[in-house]
Amino acid sequence: MWFSIAIVWALVMFIMMPLWHVYGKQNPSTETYKVTPADFQKDVDAFIAKYKVGEEKGVPVVAPPPGSDIYLLAKQWSWSPVLKLKKGVTYRLHLSSIDVLHGFSLYPLSINFMVIPDYEYVLTITPTQAGEYYVVCNEYCGLGHQQMVGKIIVE
Amino acid sequence: MAEEFRTCPVTGFKVHLPAEKLIKVNGVTAVVAILIGGIMALLVAMTRWETIHLLSPLDYYKFLTLHGWNMLGYWIIFFEVAILYFTAAVMLNCRLASPKVGWLAYILMLSGALITNITVLMNPAKNAIMFTSYVPLKADPLYYLGVILFAVGALTAVLLFFATLHIARKEKTYKGSLPLVVFGALTAAILAFGTLFFGAVALVPTFTWSMDLTPTWDALVYRIIFWAFAHSSQQINVSAMIAVWYLLAFLTVGGTTINEKFSRLAFLLYILFINIASAHHILVDPGVTPAWKIWNTSYAMYAAVLASMMHAFAVPGAIEVALRKKGYTRGLFEWLWKAPWKNPAFSALILSIITFGFLGGITGVLAGTEQLNIRFHNTLAITGHFHGTVAAGTTLAFMGLTYYVLPLIFRREVVGQKYAVYQPWLFGIGVSLVAIGMMASGLYGVPRRHADLTGFGGAGFAFDYDPTAFLWLSIMGLGALLAAVGGALYVLIAVGTLLKGKKL
Repeated sequence: MWFSIAIVWALVMFIMMPLWHVYGKQNPSTETYKVTPADFQKDVDAFIAKYKVGEEKGVPVVAPPPGSDIYLLAKQWSWSPVLKLKKGVTYRLHLSSIDVLHGFSLYPLSINFMVIPDYEYVLTITPTQAGEYYVVCNEYCGLGHQQMVGKIIVE
Repeated sequence: MAEEFRTCPVTGFKVHLPAEKLIKVNGVTAVVAILIGGIMALLVAMTRWETIHLLSPLDYYKFLTLHGWNMLGYWIIFFEVAILYFTAAVMLNCRLASPKVGWLAYILMLSGALITNITVLMNPAKNAIMFTSYVPLKADPLYYLGVILFAVGALTAVLLFFATLHIARKEKTYKGSLPLVVFGALTAAILAFGTLFFGAVALVPTFTWSMDLTPTWDALVYRIIFWAFAHSSQQINVSAMIAVWYLLAFLTVGGTTINEKFSRLAFLLYILFINIASAHHILVDPGVTPAWKIWNTSYAMYAAVLASMMHAFAVPGAIEVALRKKGYTRGLFEWLWKAPWKNPAFSALILSIITFGFLGGITGVLAGTEQLNIRFHNTLAITGHFHGTVAAGTTLAFMGLTYYVLPLIFRREVVGQKYAVYQPWLFGIGVSLVAIGMMASGLYGVPRRHADLTGFGGAGFAFDYDPTAFLWLSIMGLGALLAAVGGALYVLIAVGTLLKGKKL
């Protein structure tokens, strides 16, 4: 009796794994491109030059148009630029590093992704709540690791 | 040859004296490593406990790197080498294939451990790159050389274990099939062999790269190969720990598994599935496909977890049956109340099973889920997971075994038995609080390996974490203090017994 319940439940879980991947809409992104650090830096510079609206603590603040491709560059020991996004709008966030490994960790949601040099990771994101978010580096990246904080503003 | 053996008066095993010497020296080195790693643990925990915030970032990263290597590397692996020699030579009444090779392995491991420790201590600004040593963060060549020497030494010890099994089989020093505990050690050794191979594939090119002999290599590929080494090597610990569970169940209450085939099948599942499950480190990396991630982390991992559940059923089952046979049959639980709780090896065994399963195992399965991993990855919750598995589970099992190794191999009566009764409880509850504090604060987004949660080293965008996270970090800190008392007691009892224990 208990044995058959366990088997049935195991089968349900077994089938749920791929099903949830397809229908669950909670999966890590799968869109990735190879990119050299120099090329990624160029893309980010162009992105900042085009949509810059100000500066905060020496870091450019960028307000991209709704639905566009947005960029976040990680390097020892900062995130650039500060992104100003609109609530309820979908963006394509391009993430990469130009030196060592970094970790993208969004506070306070605790949403975490690896940022790896030579790989451009594209996450499709839709902010659902207005507010100020912080991007903490959570992969050890050298002695200034603890200083590496960035910011995303959702309006 | 005959004078090279003694017969153990308690177990009746024929003990090969050169093997016994190697068991002793590896065991003592392990205890020295847990002492060093434990001091570092206290320093590091007192830094993450933000109310105290003891160390500067440089010191924190230095001691964190050393804590990782000395605990996860040296304490556990020196102890496991001692277990390999014990199971192969002593339990099979066999001679160790070549004691000389055993000493070579020991010298390689010890020099590797010393080189890595010294390079980190001398130049932390460059060499405190953490246990994971991810490229392209570059340390001095000596750092990687130390790691490689240590791994080659461990591999040599594993080969010596295989050679000894071969001799035992050829010379028919045991009857029937391999005893279950030796079978478990064999599982650990097979996993170790594959794991150390991947360690070489990850670290040898990194070593040559650090000397500018070869170009830098792909950071993502390094991660995949590194984890084939680093998480799989944790499965060596799991297998060794479970072999010790069966051994302790036998030594403490005379329990043997209810079904040999069942337990052996569970070990086989480890060999087949647990290595590929280590892909769960790559779940939020760019570059690998979801099909690969799901197969490796879900199906393969569950097959391995199933094995752990089988052991978690078989070992307590063995204990219950043995105690019921002793006449503790009243009610459902009389056997449990009348169990030898005053024997520190028994309480260590029970605490090891509970902490490994409930703290380490369950969080491991959660964090290894494709979707949940987004919430856990690289937060302190991950650190909490492996403090449940390795720091509580494996370490407690090895501590418990020590209470038998001291009289049986070192032939000295354990000193301070009055205190030894409390030692596993202090350590077990302490590390459990550490693990729980880490897991809970990790869910608030607290990152692992972070030196300054309150000030962010003066960064412009410094912000305040949810105060609840700090409450959990304080609980972690208090747990660390308790665990330090339990750990210190363990080292004191072990060293005290070696120096002052009555000769048996």
